[in-house]
Amino acid sequence: MQATGSGATATAVRPGRRPGQSAPPPARARRAGRFNVKAALIPWLFLAPALVIFAMFKFWPMAQAVKMSLYEVRPYLGDRWVGLDNYRQMLTDEDFLAAIGHTIVLAVGQTGGAIVLGMGLALLLEGSARHLWVVRTAAFLPTVAAMAVVAEVWRILYFPAPDGAVNSILGWFGAGPSQFLNGEDSSLLSVMAVGVWRGAPYDMMIFLAGLAGVDRNLYEAAAVDGANVFRRIWHVTFPALRPVFAILFTLAAIRGLRVFTEIFLLTNGGPNGATEVMMTLIYKLGLERGELGIAAAGSMLLLAATVLLTVVVRAVQARSSRQVA
Amino acid sequence: MASGFDSALGFSGRRGPVAVVAKVVVYTIVVAIFAGPLLALMVGAFTRVPDPTSLSLTSGEFTLDNFTRAFDRGVLGYLANSFIVVGGGLLLQIAVSVSAAYSLARKKFPLMKLVFLLILSTMMLPEEVLAIPLSLVLSEVNLTGSLLGMIVPVGAWAFSILVMTEFMKEIPVELEEAARLDGAGDLRVFWSVVLPLCRPALGVIGIFGFTMIWDQYLLPLLVATDAQQFTLPLALRTLRSDEEVGVGVLLAASLLALLPSVLAFLAMQRQFMRGLTSGAVKG
Repeated sequence: MQATGSGATATAVRPGRRPGQSAPPPARARRAGRFNVKAALIPWLFLAPALVIFAMFKFWPMAQAVKMSLYEVRPYLGDRWVGLDNYRQMLTDEDFLAAIGHTIVLAVGQTGGAIVLGMGLALLLEGSARHLWVVRTAAFLPTVAAMAVVAEVWRILYFPAPDGAVNSILGWFGAGPSQFLNGEDSSLLSVMAVGVWRGAPYDMMIFLAGLAGVDRNLYEAAAVDGANVFRRIWHVTFPALRPVFAILFTLAAIRGLRVFTEIFLLTNGGPNGATEVMMTLIYKLGLERGELGIAAAGSMLLLAATVLLTVVVRAVQARSSRQVA
Repeated sequence: MASGFDSALGFSGRRGPVAVVAKVVVYTIVVAIFAGPLLALMVGAFTRVPDPTSLSLTSGEFTLDNFTRAFDRGVLGYLANSFIVVGGGLLLQIAVSVSAAYSLARKKFPLMKLVFLLILSTMMLPEEVLAIPLSLVLSEVNLTGSLLGMIVPVGAWAFSILVMTEFMKEIPVELEEAARLDGAGDLRVFWSVVLPLCRPALGVIGIFGFTMIWDQYLLPLLVATDAQQFTLPLALRTLRSDEEVGVGVLLAASLLALLPSVLAFLAMQRQFMRGLTSGAVKG
């Protein structure tokens, strides 16, 4: 699952706004007054486990990352303040710039591909018939499979000999054979295809939920007006799904930026750096080459991009919920 | 409405032989593309697969050899690690989420808005972004080299907390007030009134938590100091690079890593879909 991290359910993000829930209860609290230290502590006791874990494994490392990004980290020797030098080194390093480029290409390609394919699947597989439910469930399986499993399966399917599985299928159509993950030109595309394969069914399910909310009478009316299938989809279905498109695109893009496991397992950045992305480079810099400061600066850049995109998501969500309301 | 439009394409009502054939062809292609690779994995795990090119859906003789050889390589141990991590992590995650949600949904206290924002902000701080400092913190608190290091950090997950909070807000307060009038304290109200009513939401965060923890890769990678602590997904990479282990063994181990999440999904599909679509997206 791509279930870690950023974004939230549209409903879940704003529970505080419910009238009467967010405002503190002045009268009761004041009247209870003095002897209610215990009552004041209770909410914190219930929150404590979550806050302690977040503090230890999210906020503390976060603070460390900010600090490390400004120092040359030297175990046993003591860290040396270097200011923005790590950032400068990173942004002038060719490998890093290439990795940023690969990350963006991969994020945009995977996201766009998954959305287009997911939309197509949703249109083809919409309906309440039992056999459609079976097909949808089967198509959804890549999304619940662990990434590590997906990577091993595709490494085998992509086997670059002419009689490898995917190459055999390409052969039926007179194409290939391709080197796939082993070719400098084909590796990034091959990784992208796996991402689309795993992401499209997920998008399909979200689109299906959106399609279920489209007013059937509009289809009826469009048909009466003589609109064919394409015009109906273009003028009725797509406008109704616009908010879904926007949210899916931004959230998948955020997820795409921090892509790690796919690359680590499929190519580990190779061949010859052709699929090196920000996270695999940060991992190598930090944990294999001991360049902790520069790695931390890279993480900060990733975080900044994530925050920026998340702000965009929230703005889009706010706008779309206003449209719905 | 008795019209043909139960879908955007509007052709599910058509029944001509051409339409039926077209639909069967389309559905077959979809299933072949998306479920095909996983089916091939399953078939391959039970047949002799001497090299990657001999993976096939049809031919091949049945054998359990791949599994026995996988077990010789310690795959059962890795699987056990995976189950310990997912079991412990999920229990902790559910307990932490339910407890935090009770406070957020039912209590009013100063700084509540800030706490809420902090919890939301953790969604922007996945393991990937924090990998480097996280690995240092993990070793500072002595959690590296132990399965606990893979369990405790996944114990708090903003998605679960938020889903749970939303759900608890929908539960009528009257039930709790009745219990309070009978003299029940917070813990008692929480345990015997709120928690039983939350069962549907527990299913949702349970299945999401399970698939999320089962799919964890980077965190176990940072925590494990040697193969003894590997979870099954981590071990696949080692098995692959082991010259003496063939493709068949790798497939058998992969199948064992695939099945738990697929079975959990199939068993709890309704809850899964509810979590997925209730508000569009978790990230």
